[in-house]
Amino acid sequence: MRYLTTIGLEVHVQLKTRSKMFCGCAVEYGAAPNTRTCPVCLGLPGALPTMNAEALRLTTLTGLMLGCDIAPTCKFDRKNYFYPDMPKNYQISQYDLPLCVNGAVPLHDLAYPKDAQKSIAHPGKQVGLVRIHLEEDVAKSFHFENSTGIDFDRAGTPLMEIVTRPEIESPEEAFAFLTALRQILVYGDVSDADMEKGQLRCDCNISVRPETQTEFGAKIEIKNMNSVSGVRRALAYEIERQVGELTAGRPLRQETRRWDDAADQTTLMRTKESAHDYRYFPDPDLMPVHTAPLLDAARTRLPELPAAKRARFVQDYAISDYDAAVLADDRALADYFETAAKAAPKPKSVANWVLNDLLSALASAGKSIGECPFPAASLVEMIGLIDSGKISGKQGKEVFAEMFATGKTAGAVVKERGMEQLSDTSALEALCDQVIAANPKPVADYRGGNAASLNFLKGQVMKLSKGQANPALTGEILQRKLA
Amino acid sequence: MSAAPDLDVRYIAQLARLDLSEAEIATFQTQLGHVLEHVAALRRVDVSAVEPTAHASAVFNVFRDDEPRASFPPEVALSNAPRKANELFVVTKVVE
Repeated sequence: MRYLTTIGLEVHVQLKTRSKMFCGCAVEYGAAPNTRTCPVCLGLPGALPTMNAEALRLTTLTGLMLGCDIAPTCKFDRKNYFYPDMPKNYQISQYDLPLCVNGAVPLHDLAYPKDAQKSIAHPGKQVGLVRIHLEEDVAKSFHFENSTGIDFDRAGTPLMEIVTRPEIESPEEAFAFLTALRQILVYGDVSDADMEKGQLRCDCNISVRPETQTEFGAKIEIKNMNSVSGVRRALAYEIERQVGELTAGRPLRQETRRWDDAADQTTLMRTKESAHDYRYFPDPDLMPVHTAPLLDAARTRLPELPAAKRARFVQDYAISDYDAAVLADDRALADYFETAAKAAPKPKSVANWVLNDLLSALASAGKSIGECPFPAASLVEMIGLIDSGKISGKQGKEVFAEMFATGKTAGAVVKERGMEQLSDTSALEALCDQVIAANPKPVADYRGGNAASLNFLKGQVMKLSKGQANPALTGEILQRKLA
Repeated sequence: MSAAPDLDVRYIAQLARLDLSEAEIATFQTQLGHVLEHVAALRRVDVSAVEPTAHASAVFNVFRDDEPRASFPPEVALSNAPRKANELFVVTKVVE
């Protein structure tokens, strides 16, 4: 029996604002506990929330980037529940009138896990969205042996919830969705979307059913995943577990499970019987929002999206689809490449240096492109020295390594190391004459038809010039003189 | 009771984490029933041409700029905490 998998994701994204959603406390990752609080985010009685306009603009911008319909009017509601991470006993969220509806995230090949890029089931797939709404994050809990400690610094951070349609069919597609979404969020500067810092968090709904069955299987929710690869592993585990249950004749029921990354398995949290009843109602403290002015502001900030950038790189710089995709994967890398490519006569060689040499140098140094020791202009200068014959391609690698280690410009490195190639014809001719005079036997061999002897003579010229003779030019001069 | 047949005081008390006696449940069932009866008068009004709203006044877009302001020092933030340790509010262990 074959089984079909259906996955839907709920992604929470912390927005990149300076202050919280409903109060002026600073949003700062890693601050000392309970140093970013006020009556509003502590939920003290009588405190009144005021919306952060920037959070609304960033959510609207996200909606535009993902092709959503932006509601003309939206409002905020109270989601009621008791938990110490939310001391006013409700979370301000959006229920029936969210800011954005519909839209989609396109999955490009490179967004898939590396080992799955060769076997993509649906190339060019778009995962549809149900909605995007805005809410406030809750406090952070630390669980000790006999108690729980609460830090309210995170409470009230603007949090965007993105809900997909149940259109994801495999753990690899879920991985690609999160990778592609993250990329777009970073492009729009909407969020740093760092999963390790909890800036992007994801809950999964997953069900399996025999392929002969039309209605969805029991929906199982998985919580507590903090990496994209963790999401993939949790989903793979769940598919196997659920299919195993069904195969053994044990029906599944709706439930919530927790992913344990260390144990590589999910465990039961709660069943449907204890599902929450949130009793949503409109928050009387917050007036409704007309989105027209937010849309106007967001439109001016709409960036070139990854898909458009990839296509343009192929078009403008004559590089392959794959190279364009790798470059556009990281907005900072794309910017670095483009700065260099615009200034270089041959953008293709810039792409080669960035993709081969620069990326591997950065990877082995554990650096990001933002920490690259030299600016794009230095790379262009170095490539120019090779193209003009001042240094050889081999010397170029050496110069590159030195630039990466010290941050010096290409010109400075070449000068310091006395690397400049000898391309002065009259000087080279003199060297060639010297070598011809000193090596009568190889000269005779060459004239007698032994072409390999030319290489020997070239080698002698290189030696005499301490490696600085332009090899191509030397070869030409020798050939001419010995003809 | 007829005006609010779906009012389940026992369930609402549970959602509100209220521990009510049987006598209290009966009392509140009656009292809340009266409140709902009163509100139910709205059902007799024709609202077919009225736009639904949660607010009486038509005020929109009350925003603040994204400017951080000073927060409480931690000792003030924690001054009402029944229990605290390591600059954290401490509560009975909760594990969901």
